Amino acid sequence: MSSVQIRDVRKSFGNFEVLHGVSIPIEDGEFVVLVGPSGCGKSTLLRMLAGLENITSGTISIGDRVVNNVQPKERDIAMVFQNYALYPHMTVADNMGFSLKLRGAKPEEISTGVKRAAEILALTPLLDRYPRQLSGGQRQRVAMGRAIVRDPQVFLFDEPLSNLDAKLRVAMRTEIKELHQRLKTTTVYVTHDQIEAMTMADKIVVMHDGIVEQMGTPLELYDTPANQFVAGFIGSPAMNFLKGKVKSNGSAGFEGPNGVKLPLKTAPANSEGQPAVYGVRPEHFTIADDGAEAEIVVVEPTGSETQVFAKLGGEQVVAVFRERHQFSPGDKVRLKPDPSLVHLFDETTGKRLNG
Amino acid sequence: MADIAIAPRRAKTEVREATSWDQLKHNRNWLGFWFMVPAMAFLILFLAYPLGLGIWLSFTDTKIGRVGQFIGIENYEWLWDDAIFWLSVFNTLLYTFVASAIKFGIGLYLALLLNENMPFKAMLRAAVLIPFIVPTVLSALAFWWIFDSQFSIISWSLKHLGIINQNINFLGDTTWARICVIFANIWRGVPFVAITLLAGLQTVSPSLYEAATLDGASRWQMFRHITYPLLTPIIAVVMTFSVLFTFTDFQLIWAMTRGGPVNATHLMATLSYQRAIIAGQLGEGAAIASAMIPFLLAAIMVSWFGLQRRKWQQGENND
Repeated sequence: MSSVQIRDVRKSFGNFEVLHGVSIPIEDGEFVVLVGPSGCGKSTLLRMLAGLENITSGTISIGDRVVNNVQPKERDIAMVFQNYALYPHMTVADNMGFSLKLRGAKPEEISTGVKRAAEILALTPLLDRYPRQLSGGQRQRVAMGRAIVRDPQVFLFDEPLSNLDAKLRVAMRTEIKELHQRLKTTTVYVTHDQIEAMTMADKIVVMHDGIVEQMGTPLELYDTPANQFVAGFIGSPAMNFLKGKVKSNGSAGFEGPNGVKLPLKTAPANSEGQPAVYGVRPEHFTIADDGAEAEIVVVEPTGSETQVFAKLGGEQVVAVFRERHQFSPGDKVRLKPDPSLVHLFDETTGKRLNG
Repeated sequence: MADIAIAPRRAKTEVREATSWDQLKHNRNWLGFWFMVPAMAFLILFLAYPLGLGIWLSFTDTKIGRVGQFIGIENYEWLWDDAIFWLSVFNTLLYTFVASAIKFGIGLYLALLLNENMPFKAMLRAAVLIPFIVPTVLSALAFWWIFDSQFSIISWSLKHLGIINQNINFLGDTTWARICVIFANIWRGVPFVAITLLAGLQTVSPSLYEAATLDGASRWQMFRHITYPLLTPIIAVVMTFSVLFTFTDFQLIWAMTRGGPVNATHLMATLSYQRAIIAGQLGEGAAIASAMIPFLLAAIMVSWFGLQRRKWQQGENND
């Protein structure tokens, strides 16, 4: 186990810079999830950590050692690939023991290591099978087994669940998290799925266009997103954004599209009349007499909750209710955001304005 | 709508018993047979019939211009005591083994090289194919000049470099002649091996190499433990074809040496042609050609067992 320090790392392919100075501190034993849309550079960063890509500038250290010029096999890391990258001509046991074999370990040593990992992952009955004879979830576990056998300083996961069906993905998510709690090995996990990030991470790093937008615990990111990108990326259904300006009339307030009045707890200093973006999560709407009038467009009950799409000041917003309101399309309702839970962002920079 | 649905439907035509012709028309095997007929006719006419005729001729004393009599295995008995026939068998085996082994080595090396990222990759890959697309006789004629006893460019160059004093008699010396025809065959055969193996290499997922890199494999270990085992099925196919083509080679030898000097480069195919067509001894020539069959069958058997799907290739297909 080891800490990992990523300091001002840049990566260029030719003249095209894909990572513009990324710094991420990762503590010993921490489960860090790099999340962001495709092309944000998260996989590239992971591959640089693994040593599969060169580092253009900046440093990456594992433990106390800067690994910029250290060969992948010397870095003491193990990686689980998106397509698992199992060797098709080797049995499960051979796949898992391959790294030990290359290291020149004795056959007994290899079989002990493989058995131990197989027990952790319940793979013992499958050890003599070939990858083709396994289901998707089993292959996924073999790929993890291959990583565990090496007992590395750091585990790297590159979108390991994206080839699995929805149900299996949820199960494997739990399994990986449980595994981490058991082994306590420092883990860096890349995904584009914010739910995976939220459920598994000790620390989430949201990346976008080659920079780190924000890092923090899942709930920090959810409660106080640093900018509009993070606010929109984390949470499902996504946060509603309404453009308008700060307009306090006695008490703090916000004037949304078409003059819709929305409540603010406190207006940021010197913001009166400034254009801004008002953000409210779907679950922070309530039905109240002093709310803003909205017309219901679509109602989607899921059982545990109901998603309501409505027009608010001409803009479509989504609200989620745990209570079972009897709504039908065309109904007029009064939606009121919880003023203590709304977010205010700068219209041009997207930066968070309220505390 | 409801009325229409409820009204009983009347059969449009009288129901009649299906005749045996109707049944035949709908019999998939019968239909399949007729779809196969054109291909079968083609194969029988141009492959099975000549093969059968050749084997039949080898049991007769047919000469050009004379219908032969069945003479049993007399032709083979005759060949058994024919030193030139045995020399041609030796030459063919030597030619096949040496040329195929070297073609495999160079082909695999080229394939690995062309699979790397390098400038002008597409152009280099196309260039490798050139020996393959030049008509055999044309390249044989070019080699004939390159190895000419008087005008050889190799002799000329070596003389000018001061390495030798007099021309090398490439196609006139038995050892040199063998080396030369094998060289020409390798030159022609390498592209087929290289391009086919390259195709095989490209089916190997790059992430396997990345995984192996992280597992700590050196480049040699990656080749030994990943590339080579994954390539074995295609190696089996390509080498079977290469051996069959080389064993039955005729054009190159005939255009370069006609089997000479002193039969040193006579292969079974060229000897058969010489005896059957040039000398008119159809029966004897056919016997030499038929004698190739056991060798070819053996090569096919080896690949048949080599090609059996390996255990790791079985099971479901999705990756």
